[in-house]
Amino acid sequence: MRRRTPWPRVIGSASLALVLGLTTACGTSGPGTEGGVEVWALEDAAVNPIVQSGIDTYNESAETPAELVTYVNDAYKQRLQVALGSPNAPDVFFNWGGGNLAQYVEEGQVVDLTDTLEANPGFRDAFLPSVLDVARVEGRYYGVPMLGVLPVVLFYNKEVFDEAGLEPPATYDELLDAVDVFKEEGVTPITLPGAQGWTELMWLEYLLDRVGGADKFQAIVDGEEGAWSDPAVIEALRMCQDLADRGAFGTNFASITYDNASASSLLASGKSAMFLMGTWDFSTQMDNNPDFVESGDLGFVPFPEVEGGEGEPGAVVGNPSNYFSVNADSADTDAAIDFLTGTVASDSYVEGLIEAGQVPAVEGIEDRLSETDHADFTTFTYNLVADAPSFTQSWDQALTPATSEELLTNLQLLFLGDLGPEEFARAMEGKR
Amino acid sequence: MTSVARTERPGAVWAAPALLFFGLFGLAPVVIVACLSLTSWNGLGTPEWVGLDNWRALPEDPHVGPGLLTTLALTVLTWATQTPLALMFGAWAAGPQRVRAVAGAVFFLPLLLSTAAIALVWQALLDPNFGVSAQIGPYIGLVDGNVLGDRSLALYAIVFVLLWQFLPFHMLLYQAAARQIPASLYEAAEIDGAGPAQRFRSITVPQLRHTIIASSVLILVGSMTYFETILLLTGGGPGTATRILPLHMYLQGFSAFRMGYASAIAVLLVLIGTGLSLLVVRVSGYARMTSEREGA
Repeated sequence: MRRRTPWPRVIGSASLALVLGLTTACGTSGPGTEGGVEVWALEDAAVNPIVQSGIDTYNESAETPAELVTYVNDAYKQRLQVALGSPNAPDVFFNWGGGNLAQYVEEGQVVDLTDTLEANPGFRDAFLPSVLDVARVEGRYYGVPMLGVLPVVLFYNKEVFDEAGLEPPATYDELLDAVDVFKEEGVTPITLPGAQGWTELMWLEYLLDRVGGADKFQAIVDGEEGAWSDPAVIEALRMCQDLADRGAFGTNFASITYDNASASSLLASGKSAMFLMGTWDFSTQMDNNPDFVESGDLGFVPFPEVEGGEGEPGAVVGNPSNYFSVNADSADTDAAIDFLTGTVASDSYVEGLIEAGQVPAVEGIEDRLSETDHADFTTFTYNLVADAPSFTQSWDQALTPATSEELLTNLQLLFLGDLGPEEFARAMEGKR
Repeated sequence: MTSVARTERPGAVWAAPALLFFGLFGLAPVVIVACLSLTSWNGLGTPEWVGLDNWRALPEDPHVGPGLLTTLALTVLTWATQTPLALMFGAWAAGPQRVRAVAGAVFFLPLLLSTAAIALVWQALLDPNFGVSAQIGPYIGLVDGNVLGDRSLALYAIVFVLLWQFLPFHMLLYQAAARQIPASLYEAAEIDGAGPAQRFRSITVPQLRHTIIASSVLILVGSMTYFETILLLTGGGPGTATRILPLHMYLQGFSAFRMGYASAIAVLLVLIGTGLSLLVVRVSGYARMTSEREGA
C-alpha cells in the first residue's frame, strides 16, 4: 500500500524531517538532562562499555552525574546536526574532528578547550600530537581523542604473494609490477569496493601525500586559489585513473561494496592480492574470516613510497581518531570538561580501549600493546602513527559535507574513466 | 423544509479534522519547503535568506538534467514492465481454480517485505564475486558478474527489483477488478466461439480499463518516490548512472547538508509529480468515468 499517497511522499522524507528540526529548535528549556552531563556517542558494542565504565568512575565522585546515550552510525550525524542548538542537545558529543568539528565551531556551538589543555599539561601531553592536532580549528583546540587511531594501510594476502614469488611492494613501481604479475596469474591485483566512493578516495589521499606532500591537501582545506589544479593533484588523479585503466582493480570493481564485507572476503579467499583499507578492516576480517587472520596470511605494510615524490614516505592518512567535544550551550560546561579531563586519558580508560583491540592515541603504550592478542598488528599500527611526520584526516571528514558529496561522486566518475583529471580539478575548483 | 435540511450535505465543520490533518501534514510541509528553497541552511543555526539563488543554481547543476532523464527512463521502464505483467498475472489469478488462489497468495509475499530488506537482499544476490550474478553471469555473457557497476545494466537491475517488489500490488488490483467482470460476458463469447486469447483481448482488457488507468497513475507518480531502493542498491552509481532526481535531492539534503537547495529540488519534484498526475487524469478522461458494470 506504499504507493497510495504518491507525491506527498517525495517531500515527506525531506520536509517532515525539516519540520521536526524546526519545531525542536523552538523549545524553552536548556540543553542536556536536568542537572546532568549527557554524553552522546556512536553505538559500538566493544567501545560503549569502556565509556560507560569511565562514566561510572566519574559519577562516584561527581556532583553532576554523567549519562551515556548512543546512536547507530548512519543516523548519528543527521541527529547531531538537528539537535545542536536545540534543547535536546547533548553536553558532550562524539565527532570526527577536522571539517566535521569545524562546522560546529563556526556556528559557535563548541567550547574552546585550549585553556583547559594548557592548564593541564600532563593531560595534553598524554596524546599523540599528530592526532590531537586534528581537533584544532584555527589554532584553538575543540576536542580530545577518545578512541583508537585508524590509519589506512595496505593489507595483502601472504599466500598469494608467496605463490607469485613476490614481496609486498615498498615502492609504487614495485606495486605496478605486482599488478602486472597478478593480472597474468588471473588474480585481481587489488580489491576496490568502488560502489562506495570513499574507498577510492584512499588511493587519491595517499598518492597526493606521496607525490606532493601533506601541504597540498592543506591548501585545499584552506581554500587557496588553484589548489585543486595543482600539478601534484593532477598527477595523483592521473595515477588513480592509470591504475583503473591498467586493470589493477579488476573489471567489476564498481559493483563491489565494502559494507557487506564482500571486499574483505575477496582478499581472504585469495581472489585478490591487496586491499588498501583502514585498520578497522582487521576486525572485519576477524569477524568474517577468522581462519585467514589466525593462519597469519593477512599481511600489512605502509603505503608504498613514490620515487621522486616530495611527500614524506612515513606520512599516513586515515581517521586519526574520534573526539569528544563540549557543547557551548551546555548548562554545565565545567562538569562536562571535568568529565573529559578525568576520563579519556585515564589508565583504566586507555586499558579498556587496548583490551577492546583499539590502538589509543596515547603516548608510551608500546609495552602494553605488545602484551595483547594480535600484538604484531596493534604495534605496527601504533608505531606507524607515532612515527608519522603528519596524519592527514580522511578528506571526506576534513572537507565540508557539500564538497565531500561532490568529491566522492566525481571520484567515482574518474575511476570509471568518465571524467579526466583536468575536468575533475575544474569541477572541484574553489570548493573546500 | 426540515426534510431538505436533513439531506443537505454536512457543513465545513465535518471536514475540519480531515482538512486539519491534510493541512498540517500535507500542505504545511510543502509551504515550509517552498520557503526553505529561498534560503541557505545546513541544518544548523538559522536559515539565511538568499532569494532565488537556489533556483538559479538548478539549471547549472550538472546532475539535474541527466537526473531528470534518468527519472523519466525509470518511470517509462517501470510502467512498461509492471502494467502488462500485472494485468496478465492479475487476470490469471482471478480465475476460480484453487491453485490460482494459492499461487496468488505466494506471489503476494514481496509486498510484505520492507523496501530496505528487499534492496539489501538484491544487493547481496547481485554481488559480482559471491552472489548469484557471479554464478549465472558467465552463462549469459556477463563474465565478471558486473551488474550494479555497469552503467546501463544498473538501471535495468533497478527496474527489475522494483518490478519484483511492486508487481504483486498491481496484480492484486487487477485480480480484484477482473473478478467483478460478469461471467455472462465470457459465457456469451464462448458460445460465439471465442478462444481464451480473444476473450482476454476483447472482454478482460476493455473491462479493466479503469483499473489500468488507476494502476498506471500509481506507477507513474510513484516512480518519483523510488529513491530508497536506489540509495541502498547502487547509491546512484556507478558514477551518476542511476542518480534520479529524488535521490539527488536526498543526497543534497542529507549528505551535503544543503537543505535550501534540496528544498528547491523538492519543490521541482512536487510540480513534476502534480503535472504528471493531472496529465494522466486529463488524457485518460479519468474524471469523466462512470461505472460500466452491468446493471449499475
